[in-house]
Amino acid sequence: MSDMTREETQGLIEEVLEVYPEKAQKIRAKHLTVNDHEIEQSKKCIKSNRKSVPGAMTIRGCAYAGSKGVVWGPIKDMIHISHGPVGCGQYSRAGRRNYYVGTTGINTYGTMNFTSDFQEKDIVFGGDKKLAKLLEEVETLFPLNKGTTIQSECPIGLIGDDIEAVAKKHSADTDKTVVPVRCEGFRGVSQSLGHHIANDAVRDWALDKRDDDDTWEATDYDVAILGDYNIGGDAWASRILLEEMGLRVVAQWSGDGSISEMELTPKVKLNLLHCYRSMNYISRHMEEKYGIPWMEYNFFGPTKIEESLRKIAEFFDDKIKEGAERVIEKYKAEYQAVIDKYRPRLEGKKVMLYVGGLRPRHVIGAYEDLGMEVVGTGYEFAHNDDYDRTIKEMGNATLIYDDVTGYEFEEFVKKVKPDLIGSGIKEKYIFQKMGIPFRQMHSWDYSGPYHGYDGFAIFARDMDMTLNNPCWDNLTPPWQKDEGSEAMAAE
Amino acid sequence: MALRQAAIYGKGGIGKSTTTQNLVAALAELGQKVMIVGCDPKADSTRLILHSKAQNTIMQMAADAGSVEDLELEDVLKVGYGDIACVESGGPEPGVGCAGRGVITAINFLEEEGAYEEDLDFVFYDVLGDVVCGGFAMPIRENKAQEIYIVCSGEMMAMYAANNISKGIVKYANSGGVRLAGLICNSRNTDREDELIEALAAKLGTQMIHFVPRDNVVQRAEIRRMTCIEYDPTAKQSDEYRMLAKKIIDNTMFVIPEPLTMDELEDLLMEFGVMDEEDESIIGQTADAEEGAAASA
Repeated sequence: MSDMTREETQGLIEEVLEVYPEKAQKIRAKHLTVNDHEIEQSKKCIKSNRKSVPGAMTIRGCAYAGSKGVVWGPIKDMIHISHGPVGCGQYSRAGRRNYYVGTTGINTYGTMNFTSDFQEKDIVFGGDKKLAKLLEEVETLFPLNKGTTIQSECPIGLIGDDIEAVAKKHSADTDKTVVPVRCEGFRGVSQSLGHHIANDAVRDWALDKRDDDDTWEATDYDVAILGDYNIGGDAWASRILLEEMGLRVVAQWSGDGSISEMELTPKVKLNLLHCYRSMNYISRHMEEKYGIPWMEYNFFGPTKIEESLRKIAEFFDDKIKEGAERVIEKYKAEYQAVIDKYRPRLEGKKVMLYVGGLRPRHVIGAYEDLGMEVVGTGYEFAHNDDYDRTIKEMGNATLIYDDVTGYEFEEFVKKVKPDLIGSGIKEKYIFQKMGIPFRQMHSWDYSGPYHGYDGFAIFARDMDMTLNNPCWDNLTPPWQKDEGSEAMAAE
Repeated sequence: MALRQAAIYGKGGIGKSTTTQNLVAALAELGQKVMIVGCDPKADSTRLILHSKAQNTIMQMAADAGSVEDLELEDVLKVGYGDIACVESGGPEPGVGCAGRGVITAINFLEEEGAYEEDLDFVFYDVLGDVVCGGFAMPIRENKAQEIYIVCSGEMMAMYAANNISKGIVKYANSGGVRLAGLICNSRNTDREDELIEALAAKLGTQMIHFVPRDNVVQRAEIRRMTCIEYDPTAKQSDEYRMLAKKIIDNTMFVIPEPLTMDELEDLLMEFGVMDEEDESIIGQTADAEEGAAASA
């Protein structure tokens, strides 16, 4: 339970809204709420997935970021072309820390930037010819690639290039998968539509390639990991647990993933969905078309891991159920030692989060395992179904904010006074300068993994070393501290 | 004399390019220094002056050279009949790329390279028929064409187009100095054409600056890739273009147009018999239904 009452939290929201002009106030009011366990559907208390208010600094990305940056980018053995001017590809290159195994530039291409580098003449005369040439050159220079995706930047949609025709022709010429993705940045209100578009492109251009191929030997224990982008090795730390309980992980979507894994996914028995927001679309499609059930799970912190392992095992026979118990038992001493070590140092500390589409709710359990409390949370690009899931995870009377603006976030922090903030690079330095310990919760601040039992140990260590770092005591210079120290300095 | 910049708009196929080139030839004959900027991917705005099929365009040469920065003004600027300077913006084949961006790029290039700083009296922009996007409005944005002539005829669609173009002018007139300078009637020999265009001009608050009659000598000259002025200076039609040229030199009537509503325009067309009275009872009736109704009556 947060130390703020319902009324206090509501009062805080109203106070923060006051500075806005009337129209902005009306719009923003719908995106801020006080959590209430009585409310079953989030649509009754919060609006989401709407256009950001002009002039208020939003932290969102674009559809291209959702497709190239999130869903497709980590597929390591394909070449992802940022089709359009050079900036989109270059400034998003290798930034997301999707770890992978392979030799970059030979058989994997994850951290490289491929772009058609549009010039004025490509806008005026169209870029299809250049794209076709680029695809040919890619074949010559990187012959071990397993396929290509064409990630549209804004101009492609404006000038109406027929990238589908180019993709079809190149696919026929090379007998490889070529995926045109219409993820122009101006589409939709955030990166969320980019996830959806990317999922649809998987469905339409890649997923069914091996539907008629029975040569692959399936087992009863085949599963796929969906919506794990292997940030700092997250998917690897998850995969270990699934394999130890007796499952066979056929595919990772899309961290350290490959196109052949993608093509084999329709043959698995169960889809395990970590990031619901970015991959629920393809999960639903596989359920409808191939009858594959899917379930959401959470591998942050031992409590949620344990719950998830048991829930996953429910889909299988006793062998797997026993396997799940065995895994839980095996790691018990290990994670208990982590809790014993860090909980006393973190107990009772308050956290505020603001992340993308999953972690604002998924990491709550991990903090709670360390005795910490999340007193405010919010998403950049969530939809109502995400907030439905969030209400249950958050304490009553805590603060929930959707597409929070820079101003709102700062004001909330000033009043709620959390001990730790978890958000992104754009927020990091503002809050650090305000003297508040901060962790990047998109990139794990260049640490990780945070998934699984292995990840939990790192998570706990990182939170401790940030929160209890001695630097925070030195923010006030000695001459401003108190009379006594001043006298000492004078001596 | 200060440089005057004029843009010629009008429905596709109305004869904008032919009229512009003949007009410009007449101006040159009168001793004016003129430049034509073709703003149409078809690049046919200068062929009668240069006796060529189609001039090399700025955008095509930029594409060949790598980028527009690699071009020099003398690469793109050709001089033809009467020392008329000619450039074509050029652009893509129909159905690809962005022709509007081509116009913007080309005009920016001309500005940066100082094409307007020469000792010019007139610049004429010959713009593609339909102002489909911002690129084709480029010639009438700030610091470009200040006066606009609309070529039209007594045909219904030509007049619709003239009215629509006037709406576009209002938008830019309010934010800049562009003004409607008159309608040029390029005759199609329809009934009472001159009266009709004069009536339309009056409603728009402008003038019919000249009525250019139809004459086959224009076509004969075109086959030879020449203006009428150059092909047959003594032809009656050449005098018509000279008259138009003189009127444009002396023109001082620059207005913000008052475009007609659809109803007003249709009333005008009905008044002159270009359009039939509307019969509300037949709207949405299929041939079958009409036959049935006729049979039962």
